[in-house]
Amino acid sequence: MSGAPTKTARAIAAAVQTGELSAESSIEQALEAIARRGGLGAFLRVDRDRALAAARAQDRGRAAGRDPGPLGGVPLAIKDNLCTRGLATSCGSRILEGWVPPYDATAVERLAAAGAIVVGKTNCDEFGMGSSNENSAFGPVAHPEDPERVPGGSSGGSAAAVAAGLVPLALGSDTGGSVRQPASFCGIVGLKPTYGRVSRWGLVAFASSLDQVGPLARDVRDAALALELMAGPDGRDATAAAVPVPRGLAALEGDPRGLRIGFLRDLSEREGTEPAVRAGVRSAAEALAAGGAAVEETTLELAEYALPVYALLATAEASSNLARYDGVRFGRRTEGGAGPRGMMEATRGAGFGPEVKRRIMLGTFALSAGYHDAYYGRALRARARLAAELDAQLARYDALLLPTSPGVAFRRGERAGDPLAMYLSDVFTVVASLGGHPAISLPAPRAAGALPVGVQLIGPRFGEPLLLRAALALEERGFAAAGVA
Amino acid sequence: MEPVRAVIGLEVHARLRTRTKLFCRCVAGPGGAPNSRTCPVCLGLPGALPAANREAVRLAVRLAEALGAEIHPVSTWARKNYFYPDLPKGYQISQFDRPLATGGRVRIEPPGAAPRWIGIERIHLEEDAGKSLHEGFGDDHSGIDLNRCGVPLVEIVGAPGLASPDEAFLYLERLRSILRATGVSDAEMEDGDLRCDVNVSVHGDGEPWGARVELKNLNSFRGVRRALQHEIARQAAARRAGSATVPETRLWDDARGETRPLRAKEEAHDYRYFPEPDLPALALDDALIAAARAGMPELPHARRDRFAAALGLPEADAHRLTVEPTVADYFEQVAQAAGDPRAAANWVLTELLGLLRERGLPIGESPVAAADLAELIQLAGSGAISGKTAKDLLARVAAGEGRPAAIVEADGLSRLDDAAAIESACRAVLDAHPGEAAGYRGGKAGLLAFFVGQVMRRTGGRADPGRVHDTLRRLLG
Ligand SMILES: [Zn+2]
Repeated sequence: MSGAPTKTARAIAAAVQTGELSAESSIEQALEAIARRGGLGAFLRVDRDRALAAARAQDRGRAAGRDPGPLGGVPLAIKDNLCTRGLATSCGSRILEGWVPPYDATAVERLAAAGAIVVGKTNCDEFGMGSSNENSAFGPVAHPEDPERVPGGSSGGSAAAVAAGLVPLALGSDTGGSVRQPASFCGIVGLKPTYGRVSRWGLVAFASSLDQVGPLARDVRDAALALELMAGPDGRDATAAAVPVPRGLAALEGDPRGLRIGFLRDLSEREGTEPAVRAGVRSAAEALAAGGAAVEETTLELAEYALPVYALLATAEASSNLARYDGVRFGRRTEGGAGPRGMMEATRGAGFGPEVKRRIMLGTFALSAGYHDAYYGRALRARARLAAELDAQLARYDALLLPTSPGVAFRRGERAGDPLAMYLSDVFTVVASLGGHPAISLPAPRAAGALPVGVQLIGPRFGEPLLLRAALALEERGFAAAGVA
Repeated sequence: MEPVRAVIGLEVHARLRTRTKLFCRCVAGPGGAPNSRTCPVCLGLPGALPAANREAVRLAVRLAEALGAEIHPVSTWARKNYFYPDLPKGYQISQFDRPLATGGRVRIEPPGAAPRWIGIERIHLEEDAGKSLHEGFGDDHSGIDLNRCGVPLVEIVGAPGLASPDEAFLYLERLRSILRATGVSDAEMEDGDLRCDVNVSVHGDGEPWGARVELKNLNSFRGVRRALQHEIARQAAARRAGSATVPETRLWDDARGETRPLRAKEEAHDYRYFPEPDLPALALDDALIAAARAGMPELPHARRDRFAAALGLPEADAHRLTVEPTVADYFEQVAQAAGDPRAAANWVLTELLGLLRERGLPIGESPVAAADLAELIQLAGSGAISGKTAKDLLARVAAGEGRPAAIVEADGLSRLDDAAAIESACRAVLDAHPGEAAGYRGGKAGLLAFFVGQVMRRTGGRADPGRVHDTLRRLLG
C-alpha cells in the first residue's frame, strides 16, 4: 500500500476549481507517479505532451473565467480497448499494434468534456479476454501490493493504476466481470453500468451484447460521478438506451434504512469460494442489516448455468467481432500463403494470442451449422430465462449481494495452463453481465497484510441510484479502499 | 423425347434509392473516387457501430407493400459471417430468421397464355459489400474499393414458381417496373443496382424436382435468359444420359455462353448467422408505415390492364407501354391531351421511342414534349396535315424548331385539299414524263406508283396520296 492518502477525483476537481491546485501540477503529479511505478506495467502508453498541453490550456481557461468542469484537472487513465483520437489503441494485441483511431470513444469524449485529462492507455488482456492481465501481448501487470500476483483482468492496468494511486479514476470495460474482478483484486471500486447506459461507440468490441464501459475509482461517489458524466443516449450507438440519466449520483446518501437486500448466500458459499471471500460477503450482509436494511437470504436458481451460457455467447460474438482483423485495412499485416486468404490467415495466426484464438475457435464452433441451435440457440434461451429470474428477484429486492470473485488475487502463472480454472473465477460476475444489470464491486474491510476481497451488489436494470445507495451504505461501514481522502 | 420441366426461382438484390448508406451517413450512389465514400462505420474500424437508416427501411417497406407481402412490425438484423477482402467487418449485416416481410407476389403475362402470379418468399434488408479490383494492380496485388460497402439493398427471394427462361425474363422485367414505379430503386442493372441469382432444376412429368443448381454472375436480363436456356439444356442432357445433376453453384460465362462449376472452396460457406448485437430489433412505427404507403402509384400490371381495357389498346401495346413507368407516364399525358389513346400508343411506341433509341436518350430527356406530340397527333388526326408531313414534323419539333402547329402555320404545311391544285400538279408530272405516261397506257400499271411519288414530291408531301392516285387514274384513263 502506498503511504500518503490518495485524493479522489472530486477532491482534485474541487481544488482545481478553487485554484488551490493547477491542472498542470495535478497532471504532473500523476505523470511522476506513473513514471515512478513503471514497473507495475499498468500503462502501455503515456500521453505526456498532450496531457500537459491540455492541462495548461485548462489553467489558462480558468484564468480567463472558464469553468474547468466537474472533472477539471483530473488525470484519467483509459483501458487500451477504448478508442482515443490520435493515441494508439492496441487492445493489448499485436494485431492492432500501432493502430491510431481517428475518433474518441463516447465515454472518453464525455469525460474529457467534463474536464478530465487523459494521461495514457492502460494494459489489458488481449481484446478483454482474460481475468489476470496475463493475456496482454505487451506483458503482464503486477498487483500493486504484491508484484508476484496478478491485478485481475481484463481491465488490470486500469485497476492497478487506480489502486496504486497513479490516477484517481480510470475507465475499463466489463464483458463478464472485467471491471469488477480487477477492482476486487486490487481493493478499489469497480462499476459495471446497466447494459445500454453508456454508449459503446469507440469501445473495441469483444462481445457486443455484454460489453459495457465502466469506471474504476477509489470511492463510490467518484464512480457515480464518472457514470453520470458519461452515460446517456448516443446517436452513434443504437444500443445506448434512450433512458434519462439520473442526476446528482455523487450526492447520494448511503442510508441503509428501507433498503431491501437479497443475500445470495448459497451461491456465495458454493464450493470454490475462499474463506476470506465468504467472510467478506457475510460481513457485508451483517453491516447492512445492522444499519437498518432488510437483508434476506435468497437464491438464483439459474446462476449455475451462467458460466457455460456466458462462454458460448461471448465466444460466439467474439468470433464475429474479431473477423475484421484480417490485415487488409488496418493493424499489422503478416504476408504469407497464397492470395488474400493466405495473407489473412498468416496475419491472424501471427497477430492473435492463444487465448483469443481459443475463444474464436470456440465461438466459431458454437455458431456453425449443425451445432448452432444446440449451443448458441440454447444459450440464448437460457440467457433470457436467467435475465427474467434476475428481474424478478430485483423486483423483490433493491440489490442482490454476492462476492465479486471466488478468490483473492492469485499468483502470476498459477492458472496459466488451466483455462477452465481461469473461467471459473468469473462465476459471480457473469450473472449481471448476462442479465444486463448494473453491478458494483466494493472492497471489504481487511486485516493488515491481507489481500483485498471484493463484495458485489447487483441492482435493477437502469436502477443505478438504488445500487449506488446500497454501495454507499456499505462504503460508510468500512467497505472502502485503503487510504482514500 | 420425354418432356422436361424446369423449376426456376430468382433471388434479386436491388439497391435502394437512398442518399446515404444503410448504417452510416456516407453517400450511397454509384460513382466517387475509390474509397472516397467511406467512414469508420463502413470501413469496419474497431469500435465503430452501425445506426440503421430510416429511409432505407421506408423504401423496403414500400416495396413489400407494393408486392402485397406481409410486413412484420418487428424484424431483426443478423450477421452473415464470411471472410473476404472486400468485406471489412468479416460479416454482412442482413436479416435472417425474422425478415422485414414474407409472402407477396408478382404478376407476369406470358404472351398467348393467361397471366400468372409468381410468389415471393421473403423480402429483407441488407448491406452491400465492397468491390475487389483486379486490373491495374499487377499480378500479385488487387485493389479494393469500399464505396459500395454498406450501401442499402433489398433482397427479394422469389418462390421457385417460374417455368421457363422467358418467364424469368418477364418476372425480372415486371419486378424492375415495380421498383422504378414505386421509387424504391433505380434498378439499373448496368450500375449494379439490380443483381440476380438464379436457382434452377429440371424434372420429368410427375417426378420430384431435380437437384437445384444456383447460377451466379448474371449481369443482364438477357444474360439470365441465356444462362437459364443453357443450364436447362445441360441438366436435361445429363438427365437423358442418366447422369445425376448435383446441387452446386455454377458461374455463368457470358462471353463463352456457358456455365462452369465454382471451385468447392469458393462455394463452401457456413455463414454462421446470429442476431446482430449492435442493433436493436427493427420495429416499424405507424408513421414509418404511413410514409411507406404514401403516394403508392398504380402498379404496372394494373396499369397494363387499364390501358388495354379502358383505353382499348391491344394487349401487346399495353404491355410494351408499361415496361417503363416513365414511358407509361409520357404515353398517358399524350393520350389524354390528344384524346386518342390508340394513335398516342402508335406514335409513342413506333415514332417517339424509335427517335429516342436513335439518339440514345431516356424518355425523361425526350426532345419532344408530351404536349407537342399530342398536338401533332391532333393535327394528323383532324386531316390538317398528311401522315408524311406529320412524321417530318416530329423530326423538326425534336430539332427544336418550335411547336407543331406553329411550324405548320409558318411553313404552310397544311394538307393540299384544293382539287384544282392537285390536278394541276398531276398534269405537270404527266407532261414531264410523256414516255412513262405512254407506257402506263400501254399496260404497265405499275407505273402509277411512280407518278404518285412524283406528285407527292412536287407537293412537298402535302397532298393526300389517295386523291392523287384517283386524279392520276382519271387523267391517264
Ligand atoms: Zn460510411
